Formats: sequence, structure tokens, C-alpha cells
Amino acid sequence: MADKLFLEIVTPYRLVLSEEVDEVVTPGLEGEFGVLPNHTPFLTILKLGEMSYRIGNERWFLVLNWGYAEVGPEKVIILAEGCERAEEIDIERALAAKKRAEERIAIVERKAEEIDIERARASLMRALLRIEVANKRRTT
Amino acid sequence: MPTLRDIKRRITSVKSTQQITKAMKMVAASKLRRAQDRIFEARPYANKMFSVLSSLAVRTGREEHSLLAKRSRSKIEILVITTDRGLCGALNSNILKKAYDFNREKKKDDYEASISTIGRKGRDFFRKRNIPMRKTWVGLSGKITYSNAQEIARDIVKNYTEELFDEVCLVYNEFKSAMQQRVIIEKLLPIEPQKVEKEEVIHYGEFIYEPSASEVLDTLLPKHIEVQIFRALLESEASEQGARMTAMDNATRNAKELIEKLTLQFNKARQAAITKELMEVVGGAEALK
Repeated sequence: MADKLFLEIVTPYRLVLSEEVDEVVTPGLEGEFGVLPNHTPFLTILKLGEMSYRIGNERWFLVLNWGYAEVGPEKVIILAEGCERAEEIDIERALAAKKRAEERIAIVERKAEEIDIERARASLMRALLRIEVANKRRTT
Repeated sequence: MPTLRDIKRRITSVKSTQQITKAMKMVAASKLRRAQDRIFEARPYANKMFSVLSSLAVRTGREEHSLLAKRSRSKIEILVITTDRGLCGALNSNILKKAYDFNREKKKDDYEASISTIGRKGRDFFRKRNIPMRKTWVGLSGKITYSNAQEIARDIVKNYTEELFDEVCLVYNEFKSAMQQRVIIEKLLPIEPQKVEKEEVIHYGEFIYEPSASEVLDTLLPKHIEVQIFRALLESEASEQGARMTAMDNATRNAKELIEKLTLQFNKARQAAITKELMEVVGGAEALK
């Protein structure tokens, strides 16, 4: 019986994390789910959202942008399109992105210009999420 | 016999060439570092994805998805990845030679082969030989992003599902080390899942899929193609920088040798000129007696 989970998060650009953890919470396509050691084998699509993991009593947060999670009894492998630790988020950039996206949406709403509204919305969501997760960063 | 000035001029010209090759070597070395880091970072993702995909494919059966199912093959697409710029040794000629032979071989076996190229060097090569290309992408090297790979993958997958071709092969340089690159011909489509160890399947037992196995597979397969193309692009980028560094190192060394040889020649000529002048002075003094 395993009492720890091996969590590995990889993106096309880098290996984000490879660590022994106690609990993982990820945003699945059909709702958020938590994984503890000895979970049933499980494969799911992940959507944009906040994920976290726990080591002992400390909880760490990350932003996850679409991907897959393969869960085994003693390991969780996450293939993400994008993933950042809360500590790595550039708040300035996220705020700028938020502003840009809001402006775009405003333009479309005034029907002034044809821009890809879905893209603007998606980028707004990403920015908001980044800001939210960044506020949960650990101050150690 | 070249005059002193001729030799001097050649030495200067070789020296300035050497300076250029030296600078290019330095630039390639620092770019190599970056490219190398990127490929090492991207490999785990590509490998993990492939193993997830393989285990999924084994459980669902191959024929369920068009990108996995085997077709009777008659049309093959060859996707060749080369560099945009030259001066990187035999890197491009090696890969193009292999691709060219591969194309001929497939044609001999009654395949219909179409070629697509990534990189200016590949495009120019096939254009010069009047071999039509289905599609070309240029100007990627040096600034490869995931969305480049996505764009290429989308085109390939679209044409594959529309049955414009039944098989896709990727020809690229795999980065082994700065000195070593290997030309790889890899089958991209249909996707050939890895053999999964039986033990592992038993070990894991039944999987739960969310939303469902086939839906996961539907999104995973095109993604896999993107990732493979992305990886191949990075491999070829790293290979380019490695090959350029080696080529420029050789060029610098050759220039150094040449300068040494020319300097020797220059000194000999100078010595001869001095001797000649001395003889003339002595001869003139002798005549005055």
C-alpha cells in the first residue's frame, strides 16, 4: 500500500514538477476532483483551472491550462498545455492581459470591430485565474 | 611567385574570414545551449504523452479512431524538416539525400508520394530538382513555438482524415550531441502505439475514463501529433546549432592553419627580397672599385 503519491507535471516547454505529495486536487472536465494515494486508475481531460497539491499540512497552488491526468494508485501524471506555480506568476503581466482582454470584449460589445470574442474571453479567464492563484502564493 | 604584397593581402583576408567563423561559432554555441535545454525539457512531455496514449490505445482497440486505424496504403506524405540557413556542415545535405532516396524508393514500390518541407533549405532543394511540394513552411528556425507545431499538425491531420494521404513520415535530424546528429525517418500517421507490458496492464486493472475513453482518445491523438512535430522541430533546431558550431570550429581551425602557412611563405619571400637587395648593394659597391 502506497501512502504517498508521486506527482509529475509536464508541459511541452518544461517539466514543472516532480515530487512526492499527499494529495492532489485538479480541475477535471466534468468537475474538480481530488486524488489521494491508492486511487483507482483514472484518465481524464483537464480544463483551465486552479490545481493544488498538499505535502503534509502545506498546500501549494498552480494554474493549469488544459491537459490530461493519468492517475494510478501511487502516481499522478499531468500532461498540461500550460502550467505555472503560483510563485512563478507574473502579476504585472496577468493584469495587463486582463486589461487587454477586457478592452477587446468591450470593443466587440460596441460592435465596433470584428474580433475573435472567444479568444478574448479565454484570455480574460486565464488572466483572472492567474491573478486569483497568484494571491494564494506562499509567502515563505 | 606571388609578391610580398599579394601574400599580405591574402593573410588579411583569411584573418577576417577567421574572425567571422569564430564569431559564428560563439553565437551557435550559445544558441545551442538554449536549444538543447528546450529539447531536454520537451522530451519528457512527448514521451509521457506517448505512453499515456499507448496504454489507452491498447485498451480501446485500434480501429476505433481514424488516426490509429491502419489503412491500405498507397499514398504517402513525406514531411522533411530542414534548416532555414546554411553554413552548418553536411546537416541539410544528409537529410535531403535521405529524403530524396526515400521518396524514390517509395515511388518504386508503387506509392504515390507527396513531399512537404519545413525550412528554406529543403524547399530550395526540391524546387531546384523540379519536384513538386504539397506545402512548405519557412522562417521557423530560431523562434519555434508550440503554435507553429500546432499549425503544421492541424494541416497534416486534416489532410490525413480527408484521405489525401494514407501515411505520413517525418524526416528530421535527431539531436544526439553537439557533434552528432542522426537522420531519422519516423512514421507519424497512422499512430503506432507502443507495446505496453502486460504486467503493467494487469497492475493497473480497469481504468475509469472521464468523459469517456473514446472522447479522451479523440482529443489526445491530434495532440500527440502536435507534440511529436513540436519535438521534431526542436530536435532539428538543436541539431542545426550543434552542426553549425562544429562546422565553424573546423573552419576557424582551417583558417588558422592557412594563416600559419601563408605567414611562413611571407617570411620566406621577405628574406629572399632582403638577400636580393644585399646582393645588389654588394654588386654595386664591387663595380665602383
